[in-house]
Formats: sequence, C-alpha cells, structure tokens
Amino acid sequence: MNSLTLPVALAGILVVVSLIGVPPYPLHIMIVIMIWSFTYTGWSLMGRFGLVSLGHGAFMGMGAYVTALLWNYGGLTPWLGIPIALCAAALLAVIVGYPCFKFKITGHYFALVTLALTEVVRQTVIATRDHTGGSLGFTPTPKGNDGASSLMSLQFDDKETYFLIAVGVWLVGLMIWRMIDRSMMRYALEAIGEDEDSAAAAGINVTREKLKITVLSAVMTAFGGIMYLQYQLFISPDTVGGIGISLQIVFAVVAGGIYTQLGPTFGAVVTLLLAEILRVYIGTDAVGLDNAIYGIALVLFIIFLPRGLLGSLEARLFGRT
Amino acid sequence: MKKIDTRVWLLIIAATAFMALAYLPTIIREGDVVFALTDVFLYESMINGLLLGGVLALLSLGLNLIFGVIDVVWICYAEIVMLGMYGIYYFHNVFGLPLLVAMPIGILITAAIGYGVHKLVIQHLIDSAPINQLLATGGLLFFFQSAATLAFGIEFHNIGVSLGSFPLTQDIFISWSRLAAFCISALAVGCLYLFLTKTFAGTAIRAISQDREIMTLMGVKQGALYLKTSAIGGGLAGLAGCLLVLQYDIHPFIGLSFGPITFMICVLGGLGNMLGGFVAAFIFSELIALGGYHFDLEWGYVFAFVFFIAMMFIRPEGIFGKRS
Repeated sequence: MNSLTLPVALAGILVVVSLIGVPPYPLHIMIVIMIWSFTYTGWSLMGRFGLVSLGHGAFMGMGAYVTALLWNYGGLTPWLGIPIALCAAALLAVIVGYPCFKFKITGHYFALVTLALTEVVRQTVIATRDHTGGSLGFTPTPKGNDGASSLMSLQFDDKETYFLIAVGVWLVGLMIWRMIDRSMMRYALEAIGEDEDSAAAAGINVTREKLKITVLSAVMTAFGGIMYLQYQLFISPDTVGGIGISLQIVFAVVAGGIYTQLGPTFGAVVTLLLAEILRVYIGTDAVGLDNAIYGIALVLFIIFLPRGLLGSLEARLFGRT
Repeated sequence: MKKIDTRVWLLIIAATAFMALAYLPTIIREGDVVFALTDVFLYESMINGLLLGGVLALLSLGLNLIFGVIDVVWICYAEIVMLGMYGIYYFHNVFGLPLLVAMPIGILITAAIGYGVHKLVIQHLIDSAPINQLLATGGLLFFFQSAATLAFGIEFHNIGVSLGSFPLTQDIFISWSRLAAFCISALAVGCLYLFLTKTFAGTAIRAISQDREIMTLMGVKQGALYLKTSAIGGGLAGLAGCLLVLQYDIHPFIGLSFGPITFMICVLGGLGNMLGGFVAAFIFSELIALGGYHFDLEWGYVFAFVFFIAMMFIRPEGIFGKRS
C-alpha cells in the first residue's frame, strides 16, 4: 500500500482527465486539494514521529511572504525567490529547532514553542503592514505590469498548467515521504519517539536526526505556501499562517491518517470537500458549520480512530499493525 | 548555591533589559536622557501594561490550575472565556438581567463547559500521549469558535457598560475596569492559593498533581478530583470573561487574540506554578506595553513571543519552576 504505484496511477488518471477537459470549478478544487495535500504530507513527516509542531503556519507564511516580497519589491523572479524563501524557512527551522532538540523540549512543550513561533511570524507580518499589507493581505504584482512572461513570473492564465504543476509537486511530496519511510532515519526517529535517552545510548544523534526531519518538513511546508501564493495570487496572515492554519494542517493529517503515505492526501480530500459541499449546498447561512463539524470530528478521531480514516481502513484490510 | 546564582543573574539581566527597552528607544530617537526619563506617556503605558498584566494573570489562572493538576493543555481555554463573555452578553443585554446576576451565570456556564470538556473528552484520553489531549482540545477550539459563529453571528457585540476612567495625575488616566481586573485577579490568585493549601479538596488536588498512581492507591478518587479541578478552571475562565466584557467587544474569534499568550504565560511561569504564572503575566504585559509604546502594538507581541522562545531554551522549566 505504501508503494508509489497507486499515487502514480492516480496522478496519471488525473492528468488524462484534466487534458480531456474539466470545468474550471472542479479543476480549481482539485488544484487546491493537491497543493494542500503536499503541505499536509510535509507536516506528517514530522508528526508521525511524535514531533507535533504547531509552527508550520510560520514556515508556510515565511515561504509565501518572502517569495511575494522579493517579487514585488526586488523584482526578483520566483525562480530565484523560491530557493531564497526555502532557505529562509530552513534557517527559521534550525534557529528554533536546534535549541528545542538540544534542550530536550518535547511533547506539548514543543507544540507550544512552535505555536509561539507561528504567532511571531503572524504578528511580524501584521506589524510590517507598510510593506506586507498586514491583515488586509498581499497581492503579488501581476506579470503584465512590467511585461514579464508567464514563465518568469510563474503566473499562468490557465488552470490546466497549475494543475499539472500541482500534481507533479504532490507526487514529489509522496516520493520524499517514501524515501524517508524506507530510510535508516525512520528507524532512528521511531526509536527517538519511543525513548530519547535509550536512542541516544544506542548511538543515535538525537538532535541531528530530529533537526534533519524538521528542516525537511519546514521546507516542504514553505513550498506548499509558495504554491498557494502562486496559484491564489493573494496571501494574508490568516490564509498562510497563524494558529488556525497550523491546527488545520494537524487536523487534516490526523483525520486522514498520520502513519500512511496517502493519509494526508485523503485528509485534504475529505476536509476540503466537506468545506466546499457545505458552502455550496448550505451557503453563507452556515458560515462556520464546516469548522464545527471538523472540530467534533477531530475530537472523535483522536479518541476512537487515532490512526485516521485511511490508516484504520488499511489496518482492517491488510492487517498491518 | 549555583541555582541561586543563576536566578540572581537572570533577575539582573531582566531588570537591565527592561530599563533598556523602556528608555533606550526614546534616548536614541531624541538624544535626550532627561526627556526619556521624564516622559509622562511612557509611565502611562507602563501602568497600563501593569493593569493589562492583571487581566492576563487572571486569564492564565484557570489554565494554569488545569495544566498543573491534570497535566493537560486546553488549547480551547480562551474559547471558553469567549463563550462565557457571550453568556454574560445574552443574559444581560438580551434577557435583561442585571449585570451582577448575569456575571455569576456566565461563570456557572463556563464551569459547566469545563466540567464537560473533561467528562466528554479528556477523560477518554487521560492515558494517551499528552499531545493527543492537546490536539483533541484543538478540535474543541474549532468547534467552540464555529458554534459561536453559527449561534451568535460574526458581528461584534458590546454590553454597553463602561466603568469609565479616573485621572491619576494630570496626564495619566486609569481605566476603572482595568484596575478592577487587576484587583480581582490578585484576589483570585490569593483565594486559589488558600483553597489549595487550607482545604481538604485543595490538598488532595495538590497531592494528585504530584503523583497520580499513588494517590489512587490512597483511596482518592482521581476522576472526581479531576472533574472538580476542570469545573474550577472553567469557572475561572468565566471570571476572566466577566472582566474582559467590560473592556473588549465580543466576537467569535476573540479567543485567538488571547489564547496563545495565555499558554505562554503558563509555561513561562512554570507549569502549575501560580506565583510564576502571575509574574510571567506581568513580564509579558510590560513587554507588550513598552513594545507597543515605542514601536507598534504588534511588535510588542513579537517581543513577548520571542522572549518566550528564548526563555524556553534558557529555563525550560519556567522562571519559578523546579528542575526535575
């Protein structure tokens, strides 16, 4: 189940379908699901080893805002802006992660420190409102203004291009997941998750292993934020950062299944479709109904289905423990 | 001996940093030391910071109790405060009860919610990883917020009661509601301390926070005590709500503006350490007030959170916590 056959087949089907022609609305939903799936997969890399971070809103915001600011004010093409933004997110992850792991801040302490990080980034964005637009959000300059091409600005007119990119990125995300799943690092991190001191005694460099996975996860999340930016062409502290996004990431992954390859994707499909269905059929009268259902579902999942929907299904079908 | 040394050093560093933050920006900007030292508005914002600290201390009190005794982080704590505020608003402004009747009702509502949170959610997760408990209450955060949006709408509500302010000097005005918050918060800390040290139930609560297994063997009903603690914690959230409705508009997302800082205060003070939480609340509020005075309110929050992260690395057990 954890091989790449299924995702590749799925991606193939999706690409063929999108080439045949999908109306804009379903295509939009599919793109959004793909982008978030990638972000969720990035979080689950850490989450599955018990490193529950509520700081991924910070990494996402970092990626999106650095790229957008460099483009608007520096005129720097995202081709260069994205690597810089990813480096910035990685640096942020090291600055916070290294002392955390060095001083053995784990469990809910780790969650709270990373939560503070999320708030730092969110408040910084709001405080520098002269440049970032603060809570009102930020729009990258459309390519037309200075005559840059689609390729230079990474802004495309048709959704099909975005879709193909999103599917590709999503597949890469799953490949990274699989790479980690089959690596020695996984066993090291699982040992650390069970008992840090014993793991250290067994010769595992606890700080370094944790830091590696944190940086990887942060960079993936930042990239997810950049994808969101380039597709939506609008970001605000609440759509790419803040405690809301951090919790949304955690929730979708827990709902889908934190220990399986397609769990985060499944979580993204379920949560985003639920939000869309409620929005379309109930409308604005029920603003917040989707979140109310999420909230209750999250509590029920954690109590009764800690492996998530897909994880539990897999366990039942294949008897994996 | 070594421990005392670090504490003294930390105190000196903290005092120096505080002075630097208070005076340096003005000295650098104006190039005038006397002006910086006699800046009336600086002292006004310091006093306001002190009073804000009272509100924050009260906010973190109930969470700290639950944190310390049950060892659970209620991420949804600020949302319970928000529900308490709505309760007061509805009983006072919609059903027309006097404010002094509506407020106890609000406290009862949040105490019931606190009881329910433990009974319906935490009790089922008491033996699972702490992080699962945190995430489950994260689900409740979504639920409370959205339920409030559904039930009450996203409009801002105000109870329309203002206690006004009084002049301390010619230039400095103090808001009565902030002063009340400060006094009630100090009173609540005192009462909680007396309850925990002087009554049987309080002693049992403290004992169980030290060792869960042994106390159960001693014949103490762990579940019942936890429920009691949760109800008290919820009630304290309601008390904080009573003071917040006097100062702020009520809306479903108000919890997000208080929530994070409340957790930080509890952790910075040392989990379950009431005195530590009290002091931490004032450190945060002064950072926010001074940062807000010299730069921007948001920068105040940035300073506070960066300070928190840095302190976690220096003293992960909290400023008054014991090293385990």
